Amino acid sequence: MVTIIDYGIGNLRSIEKAFQRIGATVLRTDDPADLRAAERLVLPGVGAFGACMQEIRDRGLVAPIHEAIAAGTPFLGVCIGLQLLFEESDERGTHEGLGVLPGRVVRFPNAQEATELVDQDTTSNGQALKVPHMGWNDVAATREHPLLHGLSPDPYFYFVHSYYAEAAEPADVLATAHYGVDFPAIVHRNNVLGVQFHPEKSHDSGLQVLKNFTSRVQVTA
Amino acid sequence: MPLAKRIIPCLDVDQGRVVKGVNFVDLVDAGDPVEQARFYDASGADELVFLDITATHEDRGIMHKVVRRTADEVFIPLTVGGGIRTVDDMRAMLHAGADKVSINSAAIKDPDLITRGAEAFGSQCIVVAIDAKRTGTDPLTWEVYVQGGRKATGLDAIDWAVEATRRGAGELLVTSMDRDGTKDGYDTALLRRITDRVSIPVIASGGAGTKEHLREGLTEGQADAVLAASIFHFRTYSVEEVKHHLKDSGLPIRLDHTARASA
Repeated sequence: MVTIIDYGIGNLRSIEKAFQRIGATVLRTDDPADLRAAERLVLPGVGAFGACMQEIRDRGLVAPIHEAIAAGTPFLGVCIGLQLLFEESDERGTHEGLGVLPGRVVRFPNAQEATELVDQDTTSNGQALKVPHMGWNDVAATREHPLLHGLSPDPYFYFVHSYYAEAAEPADVLATAHYGVDFPAIVHRNNVLGVQFHPEKSHDSGLQVLKNFTSRVQVTA
Repeated sequence: MPLAKRIIPCLDVDQGRVVKGVNFVDLVDAGDPVEQARFYDASGADELVFLDITATHEDRGIMHKVVRRTADEVFIPLTVGGGIRTVDDMRAMLHAGADKVSINSAAIKDPDLITRGAEAFGSQCIVVAIDAKRTGTDPLTWEVYVQGGRKATGLDAIDWAVEATRRGAGELLVTSMDRDGTKDGYDTALLRRITDRVSIPVIASGGAGTKEHLREGLTEGQADAVLAASIFHFRTYSVEEVKHHLKDSGLPIRLDHTARASA
C-alpha cells in the first residue's frame, strides 16, 4: 500500500495510475492519522514551493510527515516534493521547507528575474539555457541503491522545473543530472528519497523507480 | 548530455476516433486513440500530441474521455490541441490528464489567452501552434494562417512567434503549410528563423517524409523536437528506427526504454 499525500495541489491522477500500473494499492489522503499509519509515503508537488508548504501546514501535516520519516517509513518526494524536503526555497520570496535535508532550493543560474514568464540565459558553451528545464534528461547515479534497480546504465527521465535543490550534504545526492549546472536528480538519506523528475511521465524508467520504491526500498529506522 | 531531442507522433482525432491511422494489424481497434497511444508509447515515443479535429463544441466531452483513458495508461507527456478557446477549456483538458494544451487560432484572436493560461497553469503547460506559409517574397517571409491553412491572418510568422513567447508560451509548434503532407521535409529556413529568435522549445511540424528530414529539422532547423504523423502512421519507419538513426548521427536521443519495468 502506497499512501499519496493529497494536499489539494492539483492533479494526482497520473501518479496514482502509475503506482497502480506497477501493481501497488494506493490511498490518497490528507488525514494526519493515515500519514502516521502509512506503510510507504509519497509527497507529490506541483506549482510553487511556498503555496505547497502553506497547504501542508494548513492541513496540519508537517508533524505527521516528520513522525513518519522518524519512524523509518519509506518516503518519496516527487518534483516539488523533493524540494520541500530541504530547509528553504528562493522561489518567489523565501519560504521555509520541511528541513529534512540540509540545503536550499534555488533557481537555475543566471536566469533573468521573472519580469517575463520565460527566461533565457547562456550556458558555458554559448547555447541558450531555457528555463524551465523541461524534457528528457539523463541521470547519473553516485552510488548503488535499491531505488535504481533494473535501470539502464544511462537512464532518461522527464523533468519540468525551474528550481533545483542545492544539497548542503553531498552524501544526500544519490543521482545527478546536468542542465547548466549539475543538480540532484535523486536525493537519499536513510528512508527518505526524493526525485526531481516525474516518474509518472518517465515511461519504463519512471515505472521502474516506482516499482523499486514499493518493492525494494525497506523500512530503515 | 543536453536535453534529449524529442520524437513526437501526432494523432488526429475526430469524435474520439483516430482519423489518419491505418494498418496497425496488431491493434484490436486501430481507430482507438488509446490503443495507438499505447503502441507509440511502447515503441519509444518521447511525447504524444492529440489534435482534436471534432467540428462541434458539443462533442468536446468525448475528447476529455479519450485524454483521460490515455493518461491512465500511457506514462509519457501528452499534449492536446484543437478547439481550446478559454482558460476553462485548458483547465478541463489538463484536468482530464493532458500535460500541455496547444492553442492556435484562439491565441491569434485573443493573444492575452496565452498569458492567462501561463499564469493559471505555468508556461510549461501552454503550447502555441503556428501554421505558417511562405509569402513568396524575397527575402523570405512567412504569414500565419488559421483554419487549417485556409485563412490568412496578415501576421508575420516570426513576429508572432516572438510575441507568443513574450506573452508566456512555453513551447511553439511550428507547422509549414507549404510542406504539410508533401513529404518533402520540414521548412528548415522557417524553423531556423524562429529558433534563432525565441528562448523556448520549438517543435518542427509539416513535411517529414524520411529519417533524414527529422534530422534536418533538429540540426538545420535547430528544433528541440520533431513531430510527424504519416511516416509513423503508415509505418514508413518506427519511432525506434528513427531514434537509432538520429542517435547515430550524434544527436542526444532517449533510447533507454527497451526494458519493460521488471521485478
